[in-house]
Amino acid sequence: MAATRGKSFVGRFGVHLAVLVFVVIWTIPTLGILVSSLRDKDQIIASGWWNSFSSSSQTEAGRLPAASAQTQKDGKYVIEGNVFGDGAKRAISAFGTKAAAPTQYKAGTAADLGDGVSLQVNADGTFVLSSPKAFEGDRGQRVYYASSAPPKFTTENYENVLLSQGIGRSFMNSLTVTIPATVIPILIAAFAAYALAWMRFPGRALLIAVIIGLLVVPLQMSLIPLLKLYNGVGTFFGVPSKTYLGIWLAHTGFGLPFAIYLLRSYIAGLPREIMESARIDGASDFEIFVKIVLPLSFPVLASFAIFQFLWVWNDLLVAMVFLGTAPDQIVLTAQLNALLGSRGGNWEILTTSAFITIIVPLIVFFSLQRYFVRGLLAGSVKGG
Amino acid sequence: MAAQIFSAIFVIIIGVGGCVAYFWGANKLLDLIFPSRGVSGSAAVDNLRRQGLVRPWLFVGPAMIILTIYLIYPVIETLRLSFLDRGGEHFVGLANYQWAFSDQDFRNSIFNNILWLAVVPAACTFLGLIIAVLTDKIWWGTIAKSLIFLPLAISFVGASVIWKFIYEYRGEGQVQIGLLNAIIQYFGGQPQVWISLPFWNNFFLMVILIWIQTGFAMVILSSALRGIPEETLEAAVIDGANPFQIFWKIMVPQIWGTIAVVWTTITILVLKVFDIVLTMTNGQWNSQVLANLMFDWMFRGGGDFGRGATIAIIIMIAVIPIMVWNIRQANKETGGH
Repeated sequence: MAATRGKSFVGRFGVHLAVLVFVVIWTIPTLGILVSSLRDKDQIIASGWWNSFSSSSQTEAGRLPAASAQTQKDGKYVIEGNVFGDGAKRAISAFGTKAAAPTQYKAGTAADLGDGVSLQVNADGTFVLSSPKAFEGDRGQRVYYASSAPPKFTTENYENVLLSQGIGRSFMNSLTVTIPATVIPILIAAFAAYALAWMRFPGRALLIAVIIGLLVVPLQMSLIPLLKLYNGVGTFFGVPSKTYLGIWLAHTGFGLPFAIYLLRSYIAGLPREIMESARIDGASDFEIFVKIVLPLSFPVLASFAIFQFLWVWNDLLVAMVFLGTAPDQIVLTAQLNALLGSRGGNWEILTTSAFITIIVPLIVFFSLQRYFVRGLLAGSVKGG
Repeated sequence: MAAQIFSAIFVIIIGVGGCVAYFWGANKLLDLIFPSRGVSGSAAVDNLRRQGLVRPWLFVGPAMIILTIYLIYPVIETLRLSFLDRGGEHFVGLANYQWAFSDQDFRNSIFNNILWLAVVPAACTFLGLIIAVLTDKIWWGTIAKSLIFLPLAISFVGASVIWKFIYEYRGEGQVQIGLLNAIIQYFGGQPQVWISLPFWNNFFLMVILIWIQTGFAMVILSSALRGIPEETLEAAVIDGANPFQIFWKIMVPQIWGTIAVVWTTITILVLKVFDIVLTMTNGQWNSQVLANLMFDWMFRGGGDFGRGATIAIIIMIAVIPIMVWNIRQANKETGGH
């Protein structure tokens, strides 16, 4: 661009720096959940994800064995063992006996607990508690220690959420909703768009005007009447009111005005000569549509397909109104919302589930970016 | 799992197949009833004419039926329900509207919506424009744009989880695992429960939408910037204009129309913002907005369809003028198809 010419080195450096800052701010949030979803679940709460490549330190509490475990040695009563028991060993850096000062003593030094009682906890977790008098009571000494563990990455979280948290199942449900809810409106809109662009019939202009008018209807308007209608139909025929068919049609309805608007303006722009020569050759409208119009309209169909696919996949509102929340129907976004409520603090589950939810849109985004951009450019007139 | 995949595929095939079968079957049927091949000349012409009368309706029929059920009927019905009581049985006149404007929750939602409207479209458009201009000048601009554009593919719910993790709060003195509180603590500040701070929490929710929508503004404005004739920029450089003058006096005025479209498109989105508020706070701590309030009234305590419908109408009244303007603009640009 002309504006870059003759600019100083500092100015150009500033541009690079500014863009870098924007990119970092925009990427870090997503990176955070990706990294966290791959971390061990104890480490997620022990340290921020940005520390995940260094050892994580955490403060833990434990109880030493009770008086029954004591032995007599050199005239003293001694309890020995390992604070980690049989569990995974970590490196201890400091320990203490009061919650207020959990890291009062360095590992490997002896702590004087008063009355001649001393406690030593070593870096490897072994401890020696000794006293001139016999220990009493069935509750052992409370001990706090700071330990550090090497970074640990795992795919355990993914196994967990896919199989036990219902994410795998709702992933399939989302696909079941999204694929037909993308294909059906394309088919219906393409036929209608062709008819509105190239066929003569009374009321055509009025129909076009109505469809463009419907672009402005926000989808919130439709929810209550449709919910009542679905409940009515459900009770009347004795069928469930929340079905896949119901949500396909709902998404089709909300997507149709935009789809027809977009496809019609493209199909109307196709060259007239092609249609006319095909018609002279004896092709019917159906044949012209299938053999000529559909292949020629591929770019606009792809744009709409991506737009609608992402829209339906990412939708929460329509799914919550028209689809149940039972395991065989709940979609990913609704499942994630439910997990936010029930597993609010379990970040290993939330980050992993969120990443699974966004992985499909990300793949679509990176592989079909060109069509995606075009769909978005056109999508600025979508009302729903 | 396998059984579920199988049943999903089965259901998908039924749904899509049914739709294909309709169009194909209806045309076949029409050709059978009025054959145009293999009959005598005049009969063929007659039948072709009859086909021509029927076929357009076969093509637009499904669209018309679905649009009537899913959009036209609901608009009329919502309007009617907004004058009825909670069960939709008794006429209550304007009582629902009176309730709305005296209800504390509703006023609060309107206030928050206005706050969102004032901040989000402006922030997205401004940031998008800046990034579009900057990335145009560097060799790795395309990669940078892709990364900034990426959140647009993420669902609002997914984005909410992502940002909830950033706003995560742990008690003072504990290790902060939320990025924002960790930074605050690093600089010696006091960690906060960001999403439950009344008034300010609105802004923390807005950040999420800005993070998502800036990419949209950037892409559209970037393509508009490319359309600026090179000569005007060169002339400005020769006249000795500095980069800021070029930006404000040459570039911005030339893409003013596109800026307005981006602004209004995001405005419409903001008016209907729902998912972010539902998942982050569900309207608690004074962060309620209209769309979530409506959802509340639809289902809370058995639902009040009258009040829910009233809120829907109010959303529509706010959205329509902007939409109409937007569609006019879009039509102008594509040559008025």
